[in-house]
Amino acid sequence: MNAVTRSIAYIVLAPILGGLLAGLDRIITARMQGRYGPPVLQPFYDVLKLFEKENLMVNRFHGYYLVCYLAFLIASGALFFFGEDLLMVIFVFILADIFLVVAAYSTNSPYSFIGATRELLQMLAAEPMLLISAVSLYMVTGSFEVAGIAGSGKILILYLPGVFLGLVYVLTIKLRKSPFDLSTSHHAHQELVKGLTTEFAGPSLALVEIAHWYETVLLLGIVYLFFSFNPAVGVAAALLTYFAEILIDNTNARFKWQLTLKSAWLATVALGGVNLIVMYFIFVR
Amino acid sequence: MFHYDGSSCNGCDIEVLACLTPMYDIERFGVINTGNPKHSDILLITGFVNTQNAEVVKSLYRQMPDPKVVIAVGICAATGNFFRECYNALGGVNTVIPVDVYVPGCAARPEAIIDGVIRAAGMLEEKRNMLKDRK
Ligand code: SF4
Repeated sequence: MNAVTRSIAYIVLAPILGGLLAGLDRIITARMQGRYGPPVLQPFYDVLKLFEKENLMVNRFHGYYLVCYLAFLIASGALFFFGEDLLMVIFVFILADIFLVVAAYSTNSPYSFIGATRELLQMLAAEPMLLISAVSLYMVTGSFEVAGIAGSGKILILYLPGVFLGLVYVLTIKLRKSPFDLSTSHHAHQELVKGLTTEFAGPSLALVEIAHWYETVLLLGIVYLFFSFNPAVGVAAALLTYFAEILIDNTNARFKWQLTLKSAWLATVALGGVNLIVMYFIFVR
Repeated sequence: MFHYDGSSCNGCDIEVLACLTPMYDIERFGVINTGNPKHSDILLITGFVNTQNAEVVKSLYRQMPDPKVVIAVGICAATGNFFRECYNALGGVNTVIPVDVYVPGCAARPEAIIDGVIRAAGMLEEKRNMLKDRK
């Protein structure tokens, strides 16, 4: 499969895959709680329903911000599957998130305000680790290009176990899973109403939902990179990681933001940083 | 779905919460109890309306995007029950907003509530089509 078809496949298939993952997530979550759970296709029903609803616009802008959020998220995923520079992918990814925060701020509701502030904190907690992953992947493979990393044939997880664990740690933040679902969460009935997404109704909310599906697939794509020496192992590892995230989600209560920030940075330094230094001595010296 | 407790004896609320438990698990129909009117299609109200909460009920109803349906759970929400003579009581939920589904019972059984929610979801479909026709 060449680069162009891969990115087109991402744009078309990622929402389907992400939606299915979300549906499985809901069923597995329900089973873990001893419930029966919704049908697998429920996330799709929800989004289709949201598109048929009235779009309550709080102001003229927030719809556009959310479209930008989705567009940049798709762009960063497409760059990733095109085999482009991993740093570029991460920066576009961050930019997309910023649009979500701006959209939440623009609504002027206290709930989304706190949600947006917390999202910024979460980004602060998670981004250093993402960058360290990119840098350490570069150290081992000598390339920032996703294509180069995936094509290196090295068993990257053996070189970068610490970085991988650190990445899984912040993945919990990025996937909005408990204990780090501070800004908004998938679970019903939370404090802060719905945080970030409180003021988005109907189609706007659907955009956020779809963007989250794209996001999930992109992040699992980054997980895949660590196991890219063998595609089957890579896919299995990505799915296993997602399952681990669901498990963590269901067995942990939410952290306060202070603890989130501290623990995420601690994980970044202890797991990512140390691993990076070791790699430095092996590859650069 | 969004649950608002007007003035009830809490009996119906507990039955509503029972619907979320593993025993009844209303999420098997894809229904989630959110705390946000802007994300919900169904407004589920227990208890009667009094002078204090009438404005709240109206405001919640206004905040929900169309199409939307309202369920009145329990006799209090339907008519005011034995509270209707109270000095502060206005009556059932239908004194302030239109109600689509009434779930009888004092307290309403979880099975009946779930049945009401499923009916409400059906009405949602109808209302959606009506909105489309009007356009
Ligand atoms: S209908 Fe009965 S159980 Fe329900 S709130 Fe009223 S008094 Fe309580």
